[in-house]
Amino acid sequence: MTNSSNYMGMLIDTTQCMGCRGCQVACKQWQELKAEKTTFFGGGGYQNPPDLSADTFTLITFTETEDENGLHWTFAKRSCMHCDEPACASVCPVGALTKEANGAVVYDADKCIGCRYCMLACPWSAPSYQWNSPVPFVRKCTLCNDRLQLGKAPACVSGCPTGALQFGRREDLLNEARARIAKHPDHYVDHIYGEKEAGGTGVIYLSAIPFSELGFPEVPHHKMSQDAEQVMKVIPWWVAGLGAVLTGTYALTERRKRIATETAAAESQAKQTGGEL
Amino acid sequence: MTAQATSIHKGWTFPLTLPRVVMLLLALAGIGVLGWRFAVGLGASTNLRDNFPWGLWIGFDMMTGVALAAGGFTMTFYIEVIGKERFHAFIRPAVLTAFIGYLLAIVGLLGDLGLPWRIYHPIYMWNLHSFMFEVAWCVILYTTVLFIEFLPIPLERFGLQKPLRLVRKIMPVFIVMGIILSTLHQSSLGSLFLMMGHRLHELWWSPIIPVHFLLTAICVGFAMVAFEAILGSWLLKHPLDSKLLGELMRPLPWLLLVTLAVRLGDLAVRGSLFAATEGSLQSWSFLVEMSLGLALPALLLFSRAWRESPGRLFSAVTLVVLGVILNRVNVSMIGMFTPNSTYIPAWSEWVVSVGLVTAGVLAVVFISENMPVHEEHEPQPAH
Ligand code: SF4
Ligand code: SF4
Repeated sequence: MTNSSNYMGMLIDTTQCMGCRGCQVACKQWQELKAEKTTFFGGGGYQNPPDLSADTFTLITFTETEDENGLHWTFAKRSCMHCDEPACASVCPVGALTKEANGAVVYDADKCIGCRYCMLACPWSAPSYQWNSPVPFVRKCTLCNDRLQLGKAPACVSGCPTGALQFGRREDLLNEARARIAKHPDHYVDHIYGEKEAGGTGVIYLSAIPFSELGFPEVPHHKMSQDAEQVMKVIPWWVAGLGAVLTGTYALTERRKRIATETAAAESQAKQTGGEL
Repeated sequence: MTAQATSIHKGWTFPLTLPRVVMLLLALAGIGVLGWRFAVGLGASTNLRDNFPWGLWIGFDMMTGVALAAGGFTMTFYIEVIGKERFHAFIRPAVLTAFIGYLLAIVGLLGDLGLPWRIYHPIYMWNLHSFMFEVAWCVILYTTVLFIEFLPIPLERFGLQKPLRLVRKIMPVFIVMGIILSTLHQSSLGSLFLMMGHRLHELWWSPIIPVHFLLTAICVGFAMVAFEAILGSWLLKHPLDSKLLGELMRPLPWLLLVTLAVRLGDLAVRGSLFAATEGSLQSWSFLVEMSLGLALPALLLFSRAWRESPGRLFSAVTLVVLGVILNRVNVSMIGMFTPNSTYIPAWSEWVVSVGLVTAGVLAVVFISENMPVHEEHEPQPAH
């Protein structure tokens, strides 16, 4: 489909994020998303709003951890990962979700029928739904595909004051991430989240603490549609094989029935003629 | 059987007994709530949300509805294709149930889809990687096939000889197509969950989950035929040859055994069998499904005496039916629970589901009473 190293992606270095949520605000503005009514400490400590939603495409999560040096905050910007082989795109019955050549996984609202399979198939539960609308659509981060087409970086990246978000070709970002780990091996955990997860994602992360502690799910290192594709391959054979077996059996059964009736008819005729004689 | 052989009067009858009035009201309530759902959206009318996007309408109305309609293809296969003509009388009720079951599953699906007026989109917007796409096509095609398989019933009722002869002539093609489509549809409902290895509990997720879905569908296909035949004989005084029915059920215990063995074998091979002892809601639900839904009825049905006594047969096939319902509920709901997302359907979801089931029962009863569904004489051996 796409050349996984050549498209655009985002490197998120959680060690450089100070939790200002400038990206969250920039996203709301560019995407023209409604503000959400939230409550303080409504979930996940200072994290606000508690989760991604149809009106929140990106969210800074707040994680508190403790070690011998005391308490630490880690902030992580969560959103759609813009997978190389997106689970959401593979399951959508009408092909409403697609991976663009520029790296963005985008949604065509005109095709969607609202089955919500994409939401369940995504290992990060990134797509959200407009539950309260009688005409609901799926909503998620678009990587600001419209901005990319104008040659601009996504709004969140432009809004980040510390450089914790970097936009670029995925290959370059991976090299950069590897270089940072090599240069500061005791500063980072030796894991670029998204390098291999789900077969590789456009958004990749660096962290000082294991990603499991950040609440990042453990995702298999192969494309999510692997098992489904195996089964899909069997289907033409199944149809052909079962079709042949059924037709054959049916034909034999019909033949057996016909012979049975013919014999019965012949016998009764023989009986009748026998009676006449 | 020919049209002349039916001894049904040409008028329509539907005696409104009290239970029927109650069911009618329930069905109307369901339809009413379904209408309300379109005005207010899914958020206000269901307990679905971002971390639980599929609920009762998909898990029960759609997935269970389709499974319980499996009598259609199992009976046409066993009786028509293999040629067990002595059971001929059981085909029409099975086809009728399947047809009504599919229609209701479609109504349930329409209620659940966010944009149901676009339900035709998969006809010309294709994604061959998607099992949902396959499901959509199977529903469209198999419902059409079921309609044709059902057609002889109204055609006989109205004495339309010419179209009846035509339908009879093309029937074999549709029977074969119907069986292929059914196996695809039943299995692909399971295949939908292939993509949910990150979410579905290991007691149900499996790379061969389509096989499990197909096997359980075949089991419940047999069980539903007996379930309905016995219920019909008790409540509607339909004729019942309990010896013949017992004979028809002979493959069922073996099918249950195979289903159980494949399931446990699969879990054992993947080292997930011990998850059954973890003491969680899921593990208990799994144990109930295996023991009461598969093992116990298999054991009972191996006894010929048990199969040939309507009361006892009824108890065993009820276990099978409930077991398969539990399986679909486990896969689509209980097995999808995570520590921070569980789901209990809203009252409105229950009302719609109950309403659809009662509407289905009423439709089956009405058609049974007014059209030649149940043969009153032994079928003629030849046409
Ligand atoms: S993170 Fe989820 S929604 Fe985003 S591209 Fe991957 S599968 Fe699709
Ligand atoms: S909800 Fe829409 S975008 Fe998502 S899988 Fe269904 S049709 Fe595709």
